[in-house]
Amino acid sequence: MAAPRIGVFICHCGTNIGGIVDVPQVVEYAKGLPYVAHAEANMYTCSEEGISSIKHGIKEYDLNRVVVASCTPRTHQPLFRNACADAGLNPYLFEFVNIREHCSWIHMQNRREATEKAKELVKMGVAKARWLDAQEEFESEVYPAAMVIGGGVAGMSAALNLANQGFEVHLVEKEPELGGRLLKLNRLFTINKEPGELVGNIVKAMEGHSNIKLHMPAVVKAASGYIGNFDISVDEGGKEVSFKVGVIIVATGAQVLKPELYRYGELANVLTQLDLEQRLKDGELGEFQNVVMINCVGARIPERPYCSRVCCMTAIKNAALMKEINPEARVYVLYRDLMTYGVEFEEYYREAKEAGVRFIRYTPSNPPQVMGKEKVESVKVYDELMDMELELPCDLLVLATPLIANEDNEELSKMLKVPIGDGGFFLEAHIKLRPVEFAMDGIYVAGTCRWPADIRESIAQGYAAASEAMIPLRQGKVKVEAITAVVDPKICKGCGACVLVCPFDAIELKKSEIRGLEGKIVSEVNTALCKGCGLCAAACPNGAVQQRGFTDTQLLSMVNALSGKR
Amino acid sequence: MQNTKEVKTEFEPKILAFCCNWCAYAGADLAGVSRFQMPTDVRVIRVMCSGRVPPELIIRALANGLDGVMVLGCHPGECHYSEGNYLTRRRAHVLKRLLDYIGIEPERFQLRWVSAAEGAKFSAVVKETTDKIKALGPNRWVDKK
Repeated sequence: MAAPRIGVFICHCGTNIGGIVDVPQVVEYAKGLPYVAHAEANMYTCSEEGISSIKHGIKEYDLNRVVVASCTPRTHQPLFRNACADAGLNPYLFEFVNIREHCSWIHMQNRREATEKAKELVKMGVAKARWLDAQEEFESEVYPAAMVIGGGVAGMSAALNLANQGFEVHLVEKEPELGGRLLKLNRLFTINKEPGELVGNIVKAMEGHSNIKLHMPAVVKAASGYIGNFDISVDEGGKEVSFKVGVIIVATGAQVLKPELYRYGELANVLTQLDLEQRLKDGELGEFQNVVMINCVGARIPERPYCSRVCCMTAIKNAALMKEINPEARVYVLYRDLMTYGVEFEEYYREAKEAGVRFIRYTPSNPPQVMGKEKVESVKVYDELMDMELELPCDLLVLATPLIANEDNEELSKMLKVPIGDGGFFLEAHIKLRPVEFAMDGIYVAGTCRWPADIRESIAQGYAAASEAMIPLRQGKVKVEAITAVVDPKICKGCGACVLVCPFDAIELKKSEIRGLEGKIVSEVNTALCKGCGLCAAACPNGAVQQRGFTDTQLLSMVNALSGKR
Repeated sequence: MQNTKEVKTEFEPKILAFCCNWCAYAGADLAGVSRFQMPTDVRVIRVMCSGRVPPELIIRALANGLDGVMVLGCHPGECHYSEGNYLTRRRAHVLKRLLDYIGIEPERFQLRWVSAAEGAKFSAVVKETTDKIKALGPNRWVDKK
């Protein structure tokens, strides 16, 4: 390979960098670094002008490495890599140095030190660039089918969306019928309709769809592979069924907490909101005169700190319904804070108040007390706003409990290699910017398995996940960044340390078929499975495994550059 | 006492921070975007996962005379690669004891968790570590050999 000729482009970023770091001084410094053939300053390296000066520089100075010192690779690396590629330089011969977020912006009061730091950061980048290698990106086919796990309203929305766009969908539902949590509800809030009609229409569309294959009752037993190429095995009523898909949407829903509070399960007239809905649905509620509902039961407490979002509206819905069934009844809702965001929700709350439902605020330090021996006879509550204790007669106590994560989330999380976060709910790739994708490529998330959500939100998330999943399905191919692991079979001793640490089962011990090494047990990387974390490279005791773009030599050269060693 | 303090403030340590791409590096970016001002002694090397950093490299950096090395990764349970930071955590325990054994103050190595949303924490960690290393003084291990 030709001797390294490194070009360094240092960005002023207007005054963002140039106003603090002495850019001309850094340019002069860069010119003196080993293998640097050219260094220049740009007002904005990311501008049209800056990009063309990179392209021009590559040709003019015969550069075979490019270093840009500017902002962050997290936003601008693709741009500069493309500039290199346009000029005929392999994009992996590019190295990024961050002198804005990591320097000028955080040392605005100390220009001299900031300039010295920028010099050192450039020196480290140049040291790494000297050891960069050209890489080819791996391209793999996407199998044109999807699996949706969960046949609730989120999963069905996703499945229909994909199927209507012409892709084969395997829907795996653990219950014998479609519909999920909705089937258990009596009425839906704000529209006050039975869910049957809504669900019925979706279920009908699902069942009659030629592109949808329903697996019910079934659970996913094994999943292996990577984006575009997952092998799935499900247990469908005791029978094992296998199929192949390109993408996976997780929409497994949540369950409702059964509390060990307020003597639930001990006294017959204490119900959860869900129990109440079941009784209303079955017509088994019977007479009632004094209804007390308590919100935030088992929610927003230290062991379960989150707000479940749907329970306030559920309580308002059922409280108003109690008044509707028996206008003479006294109905109280004891709440901590009421979540009635948006226009219709607030209106719905106002209507319930107008219908005569009383709302009383309590604090968790002074919670309501259930009075009565055989059954609840009254509830004592300290009214926070009136600053006095009340005793409310009660013949029906209804507890609003939060949605909690399904217990089998953990098993599924391990199988699909997707994370679960607080409270056992699935964790998306980014809380704001990537709300329906997992960090694992090709796997998406929708509905209450991610976080408590109402029907409208679940449907919207189902659509969103389907549209994200559609991208690789439509493109038919995916490219993987070439920062994957590579094994030198000559050095590898076959100890298997890399195999143990790989979270993606991307490394295997195999008998080598390479000439001269036939029969030697060595590690082999499946590039399609490798996600480029580099754990194996750190685990390898003799440097046989390396991570492309983050090799031991590259990292060591940066450390040495910083500590003044060659 | 007053005197020694003054001597110590003149010492500007060199500290290396390995930041994982997904959490800590993004947290450092956020600290920048938020213009959190912090000491100038820390230099960041980006790696894809904190688990990519071999202990040998940390020892090499300290043996080379750097005054401190930080490894910053995602919070436990939030690793982009599911379990890379658990590996980092396990290694760190052993590494601290090894450093002590070979005569390098274990506090010169710091493992901390910084999420992509924790710009303020990144800046706090930088400040805290800089203070800690300043209190330790320059890394004299090379001279001792």
